[in-house]
Amino acid sequence: MSDSLPADSVGLVTPSHLHIDKPLALDCGRTLPQFDLIYETYGTLNAEKSNAVLICHALSGDHHAAGFNSLEDRKPGWWDTAIGPGKAIDTNHFFVVCPNNLGGCKGSTGPNTINPETGKLYGPDFPIVTVADWVKSQAILADSLGIHKWAAVVGGSLGGMQALDWAITLPERVGHALVIAAAPKLSAQNIAFNEVARTAIKSDPEFHEGRYQEFDTVPRQGLGLARMLGHITYLSDEAMGEKFGRELRSGKIQYGYDVEFQIESYLRYQSSSFVERFDANTYLLMTKALDYFDPAKEFDDDLTQAVKAIQAKSLIISFTSDWRFSPLRSLEIVDALLSAGKSVSYAEIEATQGHDAFLMPIPRYMEIFASYMQQVAKEVNS
Amino acid sequence: MTLRVDLQIISDWIPDNAHVLDLGCGNGSLLKHLQQRNVTGYGLEIDNSKFSECIAGGVNVIQADLDEGLSQFGDQSFDFVILSQTLQAVKRPDFLLREIMRVGKQGIIGFPNFGHWQCRFQLGLRGKMPVSKNLPNAWFDTPNIHLCTLKDFEKLCDQYGFSEVNRSVVNHEHKDTLGIRLLPNLFGQIAVYLIHNGNS
Repeated sequence: MSDSLPADSVGLVTPSHLHIDKPLALDCGRTLPQFDLIYETYGTLNAEKSNAVLICHALSGDHHAAGFNSLEDRKPGWWDTAIGPGKAIDTNHFFVVCPNNLGGCKGSTGPNTINPETGKLYGPDFPIVTVADWVKSQAILADSLGIHKWAAVVGGSLGGMQALDWAITLPERVGHALVIAAAPKLSAQNIAFNEVARTAIKSDPEFHEGRYQEFDTVPRQGLGLARMLGHITYLSDEAMGEKFGRELRSGKIQYGYDVEFQIESYLRYQSSSFVERFDANTYLLMTKALDYFDPAKEFDDDLTQAVKAIQAKSLIISFTSDWRFSPLRSLEIVDALLSAGKSVSYAEIEATQGHDAFLMPIPRYMEIFASYMQQVAKEVNS
Repeated sequence: MTLRVDLQIISDWIPDNAHVLDLGCGNGSLLKHLQQRNVTGYGLEIDNSKFSECIAGGVNVIQADLDEGLSQFGDQSFDFVILSQTLQAVKRPDFLLREIMRVGKQGIIGFPNFGHWQCRFQLGLRGKMPVSKNLPNAWFDTPNIHLCTLKDFEKLCDQYGFSEVNRSVVNHEHKDTLGIRLLPNLFGQIAVYLIHNGNS
């Protein structure tokens, strides 16, 4: 990056740590005897502790949502487009908290951390955690920061599911829920894609039943393939066409099986860089958390009943070219909130970028996002 | 904030604490105004910039196309469903009217009166499609594709068994003149009806 940080950046940030020495009972029936959460914060918590915004990350995200961890960083945090001074989530007004979820691989307790009971890495023995478990652990983080109620809980994709779950399960602790490019549960097709990704990882000979670290190796092929597949579902046909078309790397057809089309090269690059920064066991766990998410299940599959308890006002946003969680999936949430008579707004954003659009600075998206958050700021400061 | 003429009439008909649905809510000014009286509900709007104004004003707004109906809403789920100055712009006003009366206990429908003498004059005597302050577009680019007169609208309501609870007919200055009182279909420019299901 350049020598100076952009003016609308939160600047240099250092992650914080929370160690909880109390057991956490999980949905799967198992208990974590103790756990750590790594998180970042941006902005300043006001005296009333009423201006806190929780950011929930998606499948491959982490606690580094905005700013730079060092001046050498090439790229800012994953949602820097939306978080910063003067941005949609304006750090001049809000105190923003973004933790790495349990089961993650960036510093919170997960498969690549030490199991205190064995003194060895958890690896595949790390219990499968759910969206509801994440919400529970994030609530403990909120308690530790003295935040009783979030001004807003915000997330895209799997992060949006957490925002929805927060509003449902801890209604008095959420002022606003912003549920972006999400769904109330995965479809059979969504689960099918996840299963292909998991099969890719598990069938890699280097996987060793998830104990690859003990063998000092990584299931590169499998994790890379899973990422390639995932990446295809994050983009749209249109976005891929615009970006790569049928462009050839060398300019002409080679009649061979090496990388020829630019899209092939791009996918390989994406997968190899992902393998360097992500853990295969975490990937498996995150896809399971997605598959299991279904807040209506406890309510006879009636989402309207599930959202009855919500006290938060909601903003639901979808993107036209998102085929992973299409606008129709967001509308399922909207319809349930409407039937339950809840305060809700819904925007469908014209975008060619597919599911990934939620991370992009699309002008209309950012305008609506910012306007909404300005209203939240007004409420907090009034 | 001063409300548009028709919206002022509508606002006066809505009691405190009511639950309303405003179809084609524009920049949300009516809902914003009604919020002060504890009226809850939603606006539906398809236009991007008006939609953004609703969000900026703290009004609940759902981006939706009225031509697709109101299937997301349950029967009789609102005290009032409002459709102001939009009936004439939808593909099937009859279908939307029935949808309004399905989801609302009462419906409030406002529209420009195509029976106004100026319209009649322009079409009848000058032989041209009417253009006026309320209907400013030329025939080829107007969003107003299903214009009607007071009589036409009342006939449609009759047909479906919707009865008139209240009616306000004014000119565009919100004035109720003697002419309008005597011959509303000739002198009224804006009509707003409060209707409900069944016979009153």
